[in-house]
Amino acid sequence: MTASSDYFPRAEKAHEKHEEEPDPREQLMFDPLPRGQMNAMVMESMYTTSWKFWVVVGILAFLVATCFFYAWGYMIANGLGVAGVMRPSFWGIFLVNTVFWIGISHAGTFISAILRVFKAEFRRPFTRAAELMTTFGLIQAGASIFMHLGRVWLSYWLFPIPNQRTIWPNFHSPLMWDLLAITTYVLGSTMYLFLPLIPDLAMARDRSTGWRKIFYRTLALGFRGTEGEWRHLTTAMNIFAFAIIPVMFSVHTIVSWDFAMAMRPGWSSTVFGPYFVLGALHSGMGAVAGVLFIMRSTMKNMTYFIRKEHFDSLGKLMMIVSFAYAYFFFNDYIVQWYGGDKWTDALLHWLEHGPMSWMFYQMVTFNIVIPFLFLWNKKVRTTPWALALIGLLINVGMYWERYLIIPVTLTINRMPFTWRLYSPRIEIFLTIGTFSLFILMYMIASRLIPLIPVWEVQEGQMTHSLRKVGSTMVHTKTELE
Amino acid sequence: MENTLIPVDLNEMGAKGAIADDATGKWGMAIDQDLCTGCQACVAACSMENNVPFVLEDDAGYGRSLHWIRIERFWEGEFPDVKMTPFQPMLCQQCGSAPCEPVCPVFASVHSPAQQINLQVYNRCVGTRYCANNCPYQVRQFNYRDYALEPINANDDNGKLVYPLHNQFNPDVTVRRRGVMEKCTFCLQRIHKAEETARTQNEELGDVEFTTACAQACPTNAIVFGLIDDPNSLVSQINAANENKAYKQLAELNTNPRITYLKEG
Repeated sequence: MTASSDYFPRAEKAHEKHEEEPDPREQLMFDPLPRGQMNAMVMESMYTTSWKFWVVVGILAFLVATCFFYAWGYMIANGLGVAGVMRPSFWGIFLVNTVFWIGISHAGTFISAILRVFKAEFRRPFTRAAELMTTFGLIQAGASIFMHLGRVWLSYWLFPIPNQRTIWPNFHSPLMWDLLAITTYVLGSTMYLFLPLIPDLAMARDRSTGWRKIFYRTLALGFRGTEGEWRHLTTAMNIFAFAIIPVMFSVHTIVSWDFAMAMRPGWSSTVFGPYFVLGALHSGMGAVAGVLFIMRSTMKNMTYFIRKEHFDSLGKLMMIVSFAYAYFFFNDYIVQWYGGDKWTDALLHWLEHGPMSWMFYQMVTFNIVIPFLFLWNKKVRTTPWALALIGLLINVGMYWERYLIIPVTLTINRMPFTWRLYSPRIEIFLTIGTFSLFILMYMIASRLIPLIPVWEVQEGQMTHSLRKVGSTMVHTKTELE
Repeated sequence: MENTLIPVDLNEMGAKGAIADDATGKWGMAIDQDLCTGCQACVAACSMENNVPFVLEDDAGYGRSLHWIRIERFWEGEFPDVKMTPFQPMLCQQCGSAPCEPVCPVFASVHSPAQQINLQVYNRCVGTRYCANNCPYQVRQFNYRDYALEPINANDDNGKLVYPLHNQFNPDVTVRRRGVMEKCTFCLQRIHKAEETARTQNEELGDVEFTTACAQACPTNAIVFGLIDDPNSLVSQINAANENKAYKQLAELNTNPRITYLKEG
């Protein structure tokens, strides 16, 4: 021990800490590449396709053909008798899937709109991946709603279009609100996916030949990157980013009203709106972690774009969302228990001790306990596979949560004579079908459109810089507006 | 008697507030649980009258039986001292403020202003099954398959399927196809016939002799159907005489049921 360390302990410590600090150039924003090279890297990631990719695509296409289209056609031809719905669980897995996929779709809007509005820099490389999840997830949700209908060939009766029957749809029905909210969300999120895509499509157009050139030229709408075009595009993106946030919150609130407005024990709960929104974000964040892990480990050049700091920030976000989710979860169940209604008591007893109680406890473990235990740890957060695994478990937990809310809660009603447990039949195949269709669409999209918003990354790298002040490196960021 | 067509704004009919009738209603029922023997004659009669199809064993065992009326029985107490509670026939309560009506997105579940009962418009139903979920009495039935066309109900006649049971269909009632909801209508076709009789014979509606299929078949007259807004009708007199025994199913939900149950004792 030298004397100096006794007199200046803080200085000593500060010096030690400085040595442990990672090099800021490990972060994407401080590790810029020339624009041409980065564009080429993104193009390469689209073009490079191994035979394994096509094997997976083939398997998924087979699953989509059999489990989605054939199974749905079989169900349309034979009626819902081939599904598992019955009295009292008139709603089954189809609506579980709907709620689940709408939940998945929330992550895209959250990451790309809310984080864009609040200028969170870590969002930059994966906004596109999250937005694609929104659009493709909503397609699955919409398909699941139509699978659920008894006479799907008459589903156009649900839409408020002029008709010879002179009957307008019933706007008192929560299903009608649901339909309008989801339609609005599909349209809004698709446009919001498309707008930030235009500069990247123009980039791809300038670097491709053949049918791809025609494809990108058509979609890029003649974008050349002039000052005026950028100004219009930024304005449009700003408008959509702000406008889609209330739509996102309202859509899952309205989905929850399908349940909260009904007179069922366990359903008529006023906290369902925020509870469902937080649940949606919870599963969505988990799904984004999974998608980022798969992108990083399978696609070319992705280790440059998706780095540890992104998983770290995403992990923090997942932890905060799981706290908020836990608050609403306990709020919902404890308030219902405290209400003391005998039917609700029967329902809670059924959830805790009934044949589906394993699902209840798994839900609590996966959604609350595991994020609470592991996401504190920076090492876990910065390990991509660990975060992806937690994300997967959260999604399993959230699927169980929706399963418990719909068919299992429906088991208990005010007529004990009809209590009976639901068991899925063809729904299992159709669920596999929707999952396969989602992954298949995502995989094909990854070959067709740049999954990394290159212009956004480049914009971020332009605004970030490292300056040397004395012997320390100082991070600086220039405001764009 | 009001028998003319009432111009109805369909967009208002589903509104819960707009159709909340007065507490009495028009047609109603009294079910005496002391008299019910649980013989299920009402279930059979209802199925015959309303073309309710036969559901096969597998589906019925899984909770898909199509019965517009069912006899519920319950037990009280633990095993050695089990006491059976009286039979409880359960059918659509024809709520004045019905939970099934506002939730239908296509106005398939509507309130009839003339008869003041809940109706299901079969060919308008797309099968969202929301009404069935929202029915606290669980009396709405869904057609999971084309049960009337199940091959097991048919005879093979030189390669062609012949359905002998189709010969006993009631021509006054629709045969429902798969994918639609159905439920008790208080034998609406009989009510319509009675209304026509009253109009042509210049009688009061209360004087026309008719009743629903379940009440007609009941051997102990446990089910009595009639006009509950008419104090002289049999059902009103039964209700008035048994005020201390009368109760409504799930009255705490304020659905305004038209059926009065008379409990045992």
